[in-house]
Amino acid sequence: MSSPSTELTKRMAIYEQFHQAEYISCEQVEPSRSDQEANKPTDKIQRRLAQNREAARKSRLRKKAYVQQLESSRLKLAQLEQELDRARQQGIYISSASDTGYFGLSGTVNSGITAFEMEYGHWVEEQNKQICELRSALQAHITDIELRILVESGLNHYCSLFRMKADAAKADVFYLISGIWRTSAERFFHWIGGFRPSELLNVVMSQIEPLTDQQHLEVCNLRQSSQQAEDALSQGIDKLQQNLAHSVAADLSSGNYRVQMAAAIDKLEALEGFVNQADHLRQQTLQQMARILTTRQAARGLLALGEYFHRLRALSSLWAARPREPA
Amino acid sequence: MHYQGDSWGYYVPTRSMGSDPMERVVKLASESAVVIFSLSTCCMCHAVKRLFCGMGVNPTVYELDQDPRGKEMERALMRLLGNSQAVPVVFIGGKLIGAMDRVMASHINGTLVPLLKEAGALWL
Repeated sequence: MSSPSTELTKRMAIYEQFHQAEYISCEQVEPSRSDQEANKPTDKIQRRLAQNREAARKSRLRKKAYVQQLESSRLKLAQLEQELDRARQQGIYISSASDTGYFGLSGTVNSGITAFEMEYGHWVEEQNKQICELRSALQAHITDIELRILVESGLNHYCSLFRMKADAAKADVFYLISGIWRTSAERFFHWIGGFRPSELLNVVMSQIEPLTDQQHLEVCNLRQSSQQAEDALSQGIDKLQQNLAHSVAADLSSGNYRVQMAAAIDKLEALEGFVNQADHLRQQTLQQMARILTTRQAARGLLALGEYFHRLRALSSLWAARPREPA
Repeated sequence: MHYQGDSWGYYVPTRSMGSDPMERVVKLASESAVVIFSLSTCCMCHAVKRLFCGMGVNPTVYELDQDPRGKEMERALMRLLGNSQAVPVVFIGGKLIGAMDRVMASHINGTLVPLLKEAGALWL
């Protein structure tokens, strides 16, 4: 294989020959020119040709350097992707600003999603801090007023999660629905983009006895109404699945691809509404629970909830790291 | 029957009374205890219907895509709610409750069931 420089030289030689041939034919076409005048165009043309050749050569060298840079970056990227995959399989949550899973078909990063990934990572850290604060506050027997402040910030923290998720739903609703932003054990319980309201109630209510009779009644009502709302949304989303499948499968052999895809996209847009309603239900359930309970009970409830999800996340890591039998 | 030019005055079909779509919405809403304006293709509408049925309520549903004046009513509802989604919209006892989020919020905070009982849609 000839080296790049001999290739270049070969090409330059061909280029020169081509232009010399042209020059000769020019002269033949206009034989009436004087010697003096015939020399001037020759010099000018030759200089211009030389400059062109030089510029072309430099351009080729620059392009070569750029392509080499791209190739080595691509290799590095592939290596990083592999590492991320390996780490993800181990159930470790990784907050990554360069999540190649979100390059999509257009090859661009979905900035709404990368923003969410970063923010969610911070949210979890803040959540862990708040759990520790709640735990020590409850053990230290602080006043109800001080406890109220902690409860309010706990509830507000969940509100900010739902706000973040609303933005992420606009960026890519499938991302939220897939649950890929949560750990594997959490994902096992995943329902329309997050935890089930009934799951929340089961966790909290087991931790906050004793309740007054009035509270018992209200808790029962809350359990029932949130279950009914959950069931209604589940049925709505099942219907959406049916409609979508129907729409995509309609007339698979016909050439009406674009029309059918457009109809399917229309149906998919309803998905964002369901994720929003599910988050709305989560928020309403949390707030109603806080209304029914006393400050101290609400603090214990929030602690229980936070600890529960923290343990699910820890479970994911433990599961991934457990000793496995060789295949 | 025979209409000519400007001589509409002597006969006005009853259907064109209340030709304002909002008037029609309000009229239909007041005719039953629980009224849902819906589109047959809308899955959120399906969800709200299932919610009421799951509570033992029998709502009156108007599918606007199957109504010849449905389009105008949809537009009127969108203006009423200030929403890009016209449906689902729920009325109880003739009063506007709202879209899915309002319905769910009022169910969770315990105000929906008393409203339903008051309208006679639910008995203990």
